[in-house]
Amino acid sequence: MEAMDQGASESTTESSHWPSRWSDIEKILNRTGPLSMPEFEEGKLPAVQKDCNILVIGAGGLGCELLKNLAMMGFINISVIDMDTIDLSNLNRQFLFREKDIGRPKAQVAAEFINNRVPGVKVTPYYAKIEDFDAEFYKEFSIIVCGLDAIAPRRWINRLLCSMLEYDDHEELEPETIHPLVDGGTEGFKGNARVMAPGITACIECTLSFYPPAVNFPMCTLAQTPRLPEHCIEYVKLIQWPKDKPFGETEIDGDNPEHILWIHEKSLERAAQFGIHGITYRLTQGVVKRIIPAVASTNAVIAAICANEVFKIAYSCYPNLKTYVMFNDTAGIYTDVLEPERLADCMSCSIKPRMLRFPRSATLEDVLDFLKESPQYQMSNPGATTATHEGQKTLYIPGIKSLEDQTKPNLSKTLEELGFVDGQELNVTDKTSPTGFTFKIRYE
Amino acid sequence: MASTRGKFETRSPENEKTKKYDRQLRLWGDHGQSFLENARVCLINATATGTEILKGLVLPGIGAFTIVDGNNVTGEDVGRNFFLLKHSIGSNRGSAACQQLLELNPHVRGDYIDESCETLLATNPSYFTTFSVVIATGMPESTVLQLSKLLHVANVPLLLCKSFGQIGYIRLQTPEHTIIESHPDDGFDDLRLTDPFPGLRKHVDSIDLESLSRAEHAHVPYIVILLKALDRWREKHGPTSLPTYSEKKDFESIIESLKFKHHEGDDTPHVEPLNFEEAIKARARTLRKTEIPDNVKKLFEDKECENLNPKSKPFWIMVRALRDFVAVNGTLPLRGSIPDMTSDSDSYVRLAGVYKTEADKHCEDICNRVNEILTALGKPLDIVCEPEIHILCRNSHTLDVLRTRPIFEEYERPKSNLITDSLRNNYQPEEPEIVYYVLLRAVDKFFESFKRYPGCLTHLMETDISKLKSIYSKLVQEWGIGPFPKDDLIHEMCRFGASELHTIASVVGGCAAQEVIKVVTHQYVPINNTFIFNGILCTSTTFDL
Ligand SMILES: [Zn+2]
Repeated sequence: MEAMDQGASESTTESSHWPSRWSDIEKILNRTGPLSMPEFEEGKLPAVQKDCNILVIGAGGLGCELLKNLAMMGFINISVIDMDTIDLSNLNRQFLFREKDIGRPKAQVAAEFINNRVPGVKVTPYYAKIEDFDAEFYKEFSIIVCGLDAIAPRRWINRLLCSMLEYDDHEELEPETIHPLVDGGTEGFKGNARVMAPGITACIECTLSFYPPAVNFPMCTLAQTPRLPEHCIEYVKLIQWPKDKPFGETEIDGDNPEHILWIHEKSLERAAQFGIHGITYRLTQGVVKRIIPAVASTNAVIAAICANEVFKIAYSCYPNLKTYVMFNDTAGIYTDVLEPERLADCMSCSIKPRMLRFPRSATLEDVLDFLKESPQYQMSNPGATTATHEGQKTLYIPGIKSLEDQTKPNLSKTLEELGFVDGQELNVTDKTSPTGFTFKIRYE
Repeated sequence: MASTRGKFETRSPENEKTKKYDRQLRLWGDHGQSFLENARVCLINATATGTEILKGLVLPGIGAFTIVDGNNVTGEDVGRNFFLLKHSIGSNRGSAACQQLLELNPHVRGDYIDESCETLLATNPSYFTTFSVVIATGMPESTVLQLSKLLHVANVPLLLCKSFGQIGYIRLQTPEHTIIESHPDDGFDDLRLTDPFPGLRKHVDSIDLESLSRAEHAHVPYIVILLKALDRWREKHGPTSLPTYSEKKDFESIIESLKFKHHEGDDTPHVEPLNFEEAIKARARTLRKTEIPDNVKKLFEDKECENLNPKSKPFWIMVRALRDFVAVNGTLPLRGSIPDMTSDSDSYVRLAGVYKTEADKHCEDICNRVNEILTALGKPLDIVCEPEIHILCRNSHTLDVLRTRPIFEEYERPKSNLITDSLRNNYQPEEPEIVYYVLLRAVDKFFESFKRYPGCLTHLMETDISKLKSIYSKLVQEWGIGPFPKDDLIHEMCRFGASELHTIASVVGGCAAQEVIKVVTHQYVPINNTFIFNGILCTSTTFDL
């Protein structure tokens, strides 16, 4: 068994070398130029190939492109994490997948494809959630590239990378604790890419306003005054489904045509009641699944920009993007580079606890609702503890039924009833962050 | 029979293809997709850039592609091109790439011609004119000129693409490209408040704000509120008057005066009605005279619209019908949709119906005009179909035509002033993209002289830098452009050494594929005409050269 493995790897080494394979990138890597960074050294390709581990988060539209680009740019140690399986609607852009792969884990199929196609490259797949791993895992990677379609996991990885920073006695950043993040995102013909050095450049939290939260229709519009086909569909999804239970206790599965058909039919009925036109099956599925349109071309551009930045970070052959680029090709082709500023009081890349001002009569629920609704924090379901003389005291833990039931009565208690003194620390955990937040409660 | 039908009904009404293309159909629609599926593109040379462009067309389902390439695969090719495999080294490059590209999408047809573009231009030039679009990569200047002339005369769009080190280049040549759906990001609402059509007038007049209950009042659509306020304004200021920016406060006080009147003893807490807030916000946006946009006026004056003949394209026939409509009615056809706004269902649906009815009337009028024109030209009526006219009417404000300068003209008579201005007023003071344009042209001249690219051999770097510099200086002198940039970029051009970096090939690939999609679907707006991407700074500029 061992011998076979060795044989295989030997032949891999052999087949992964041929004349002029890397001659294009070597032109840039083996010769310096006036635009190289001061730390650029010629001839680093073999060393970087050996030592540079890249992590790709997401094996979807951007992920497939990223894996191809990184492999073609000479990176041979690559890992990829993705928790999804392949769906037919992925195939118009996620070009490492075929119809026969539908239902299989994206990370695994993508890794197999690249490993077979590009000799000498080893992509290691993780069919998992990013939250399944901790700092020990992420520490192993020289550069992390994100191709995600949601904001919550971006914030999670951002906060983790920020929490990995260490400072010396003079409060200077320890450079080896910086793990650069290259992040890309697309929506239709628009996209963006950014290069982030945690602790040095603006982080995801510093620029949270770049990612506006999804807008929901007001419940009274859905229930009483629907005007658009979307209002009818959303009503059936939120109100009628849980009431009618057409498929028993199951939740809506946006990929189950029977579920969508039922919603489609009921939405048509509701629309007819109000004289509203324009409900189609496609629209129904779009609203139910909150589908974001996507094309191959935008993913190709953004992933290529990201991979080019990874290449520049790894070799210092050219300066990096400073620090955020927007792309849009609806009218001509347009790019715009911005350098957002770091927030001096950013929750992720600064560690100072933050002040929250509340009256003594505010309840714990008021405080947690504030954290959910405030555009600055946008938490999804926060839990809270506080440090007292007797040690850490649990205030509210959602998610785990027994703990939730046990701590729920605290929600309606006022801060004063909970024994808060002015300036006491409140520690909050939420699934948008791996590490939690520290606040100081100040009474108004 | 009945049971089959029952079974069918429980399944999704979509077929496999619409499911696969779902995410893009939401952008360019089924009609855009059908244009794409009827398009045939030709790629000259299966370079990394070229195959990345084809990838961006094969995945969304282009009808067919043909690769014209007389080269054999080299080790370098396999190192930079994801669609060439090591075992194909030595075999024809077009054939090898074609095989791997076809594997991406079973709905796409593809083939290759094992001949160079130069040979084909000499033996069978008209072959290139049979395609919807020709994409050219890895071509010397002399071939570019030949192809540019050929395709310009044949009215076939040509996309010339290049990746050179960290620089990407895309040049579109299209003798005439018509755009029906621009999909502008800042879509506007066509409400016609300043000159309401009879249906709208009647509808608004039928609503008596005074007689409404408080709840009904709070659900009157802002369109009605604005029009009522405008009526009062015009009673005082004249029948066509519109409030100017400085009169905004006066107008807002009229809106204010239309609010629900509180009765004595009414102690329900006061809530600011949302519909009135919306009316105030919408004032500036909607109380503007409905005008014919310049792009549409330009179309009406176009010689193609002026001189209709049996060879006229359906687009121009529709534009002519539109012009005739405007001549009679003074405005473009109504779009017929209104934005969502605070309202009860019934008021909104009725108001939306008023707009829809009027728009349908306009559309029918234009359909009739199109038929009249077709009859007069002696053409069959079915060459323009009704759904097409519907789409045109909905988008009549953003119709456009793009005629780019041909490449051969750009090469024969460079726009010296434009280049000089761009050199002076660039936004990237360190590395203006226009310098890379001039440098790319200098590199082509270098190739014409020495039959190799500068910097491709490391031991000749120093000499190549000075050779390129003198070619560049000569070009700058000939064109009468300046100021001269730093030598740094000339050095970097030689360091690039004509390398085709996969990342830059992929940026160009994505952008160029989308330009082809724009051209074949007549949706969104293509570049006019030269796009330069600078991978070092991640910046880009488009020039009309
Ligand atoms: Zn930050």
